[in-house]
Amino acid sequence: MLKISHVSKTFNPGTVTEKQALRDLNLHLEPEDFVTIIGGNGAGKSTMLNMIAGVYPIDCGTIYLDGVNISRQPEYRRASLLGRVFQDPMMGTAAGMQIEENMALAHRRGRRRGLKWGVTKQEKEIFHEELKRLGLGLEERMTAKVGLLSGGQRQALTLLMATLQKPKLLLLDEHTAALDPRTAKKVLSLTEEMVTEARLTALMVTHNMKDALRLGNRLIMMHDGQIIYDVRGEEKKKLKVEDLLKKFEDASGGEFANDRMMLSD
Amino acid sequence: MGIILAIQGAVSQGILWGIMALGIYLTYRILDVADLTVDGSFALGGCICAALVTAGVDPWLSLAAAVLAGMLAGYTTGILHTRCEIPAILAGILTQIGLYSINLRIMGRSNTPLLKLPTVFKQLIELTGLGQSWVSMIVGMLFVAALIALLYWFFGTEIGSAIRATGDNERMARSLGMNTNRNKVLGLAISNGLVALSGALVTQSQGYADVKQGTGAIVIGLASIIIGEVIFGKKTSFGTKLLSVVVGSVIYRIIVAVVLQLGLNTDDLKLLTAILVAAALTVPVLLEKRRRSAAYDPMTDGSSGKGGN
Repeated sequence: MLKISHVSKTFNPGTVTEKQALRDLNLHLEPEDFVTIIGGNGAGKSTMLNMIAGVYPIDCGTIYLDGVNISRQPEYRRASLLGRVFQDPMMGTAAGMQIEENMALAHRRGRRRGLKWGVTKQEKEIFHEELKRLGLGLEERMTAKVGLLSGGQRQALTLLMATLQKPKLLLLDEHTAALDPRTAKKVLSLTEEMVTEARLTALMVTHNMKDALRLGNRLIMMHDGQIIYDVRGEEKKKLKVEDLLKKFEDASGGEFANDRMMLSD
Repeated sequence: MGIILAIQGAVSQGILWGIMALGIYLTYRILDVADLTVDGSFALGGCICAALVTAGVDPWLSLAAAVLAGMLAGYTTGILHTRCEIPAILAGILTQIGLYSINLRIMGRSNTPLLKLPTVFKQLIELTGLGQSWVSMIVGMLFVAALIALLYWFFGTEIGSAIRATGDNERMARSLGMNTNRNKVLGLAISNGLVALSGALVTQSQGYADVKQGTGAIVIGLASIIIGEVIFGKKTSFGTKLLSVVVGSVIYRIIVAVVLQLGLNTDDLKLLTAILVAAALTVPVLLEKRRRSAAYDPMTDGSSGKGGN
């Protein structure tokens, strides 16, 4: 499904702020893999997702998604294959546009946009049904501006929008980190439901180790721009938080002890 | 009597300049770009139109040519901004400065009178027997009605929605597969097409073109948008917003006519406009700051109140 081979990325090369964010990264996903990604700050988790999405160009290596070489494709073109939810709840929706307009934009992801009407009647019916799944009452407020919604509502909407057109790969970049615990839980269970129901292939970055262990069929740990641990299936199910901490300390030489991952329950 | 005639003239001028304000609205409010091309493209519309009419081209056809030329100017700014990654303001200034020379080249001199030449207004005056200001007003209103209907439709289509999304949240637009660079170029082209049309109509209505006729157009356009927002409010439907821009432009012209009647020197007009816009942009900021400092309370932790965003 996804095949990342020998991808490296250095930010600000040749300057004092030079940062090698990814080092010869390799990752191979099977269809319907639901992978949780953990790692300390600056480990390269978000960078990896951004490289897949095409936010920045990669320095070397190749990325294949569903048999298509997307290594050099511009971001907007890859979007036809990807569903994305960002850490910032404000990032995934257009505040000045209506809920149904936002959904219609997402519904046309990867399709040619022409001079047909931006939101059709038929779509409004589909959106109404889809919004009901969120259980937030948004289906009754479809012409409300998205800017009026709370962060959690916006994030749930973004998640729904990301899966409206079934993506080949769903990228979730700490998408519950900016939400309060109750809302985060709700968005997380929605995520689980959608990924399972539509049998999506997904990459989810999280700082919460329990979530990382509980969700998905595979877990990878990143450190210093590389994948240092990759576990799946039965082996993953047997893992405990302590095992992960131990793994991490071994890899990072103990510096992990004061990382914020420790603080998340 | 003088003031009534002056106001009638102001209304018809306001409507024709309102088309330019519509163009500026598209970039300033929808694309969220301050596009300084307009000073050049407004004059470009007038100059192209005057040169063509002088050469014997039909005045209606020369309006169409002005629109195309304006779109090309917007396209140039768009390419400078997106492909060459020049900041939008600077890209607009570059096109604007370049257009000054181009406009001089087009006309061959700094101004062109259209005294004995046909214009769309003269044609209609002969046809209907109405006076100049009435014809200007009617032609202007017909154009404005058609353009607002066209823009309302266009920004409801898939492409139009994508342009709105690009201005609203560019990263989101890209993540949903929109070519944001292309959308910006398209928006700038449409905007400057409208601006040039306005320049061409103003030229035909006043009977001459001048390379300097676009100076300060951006500020006049912004003044129109802001006046419109003050009157209609910010939370109105898209159609009303477009209408409010034109109404704002008319009111701006009436204000100008009144202060001129009161004895203000025309040379001071641009300063007055600049102060008006600066004040209109400053007042909401000051009000917000005052509201914040009034709401500040050192004794609460904010968690119980309306914190966050």
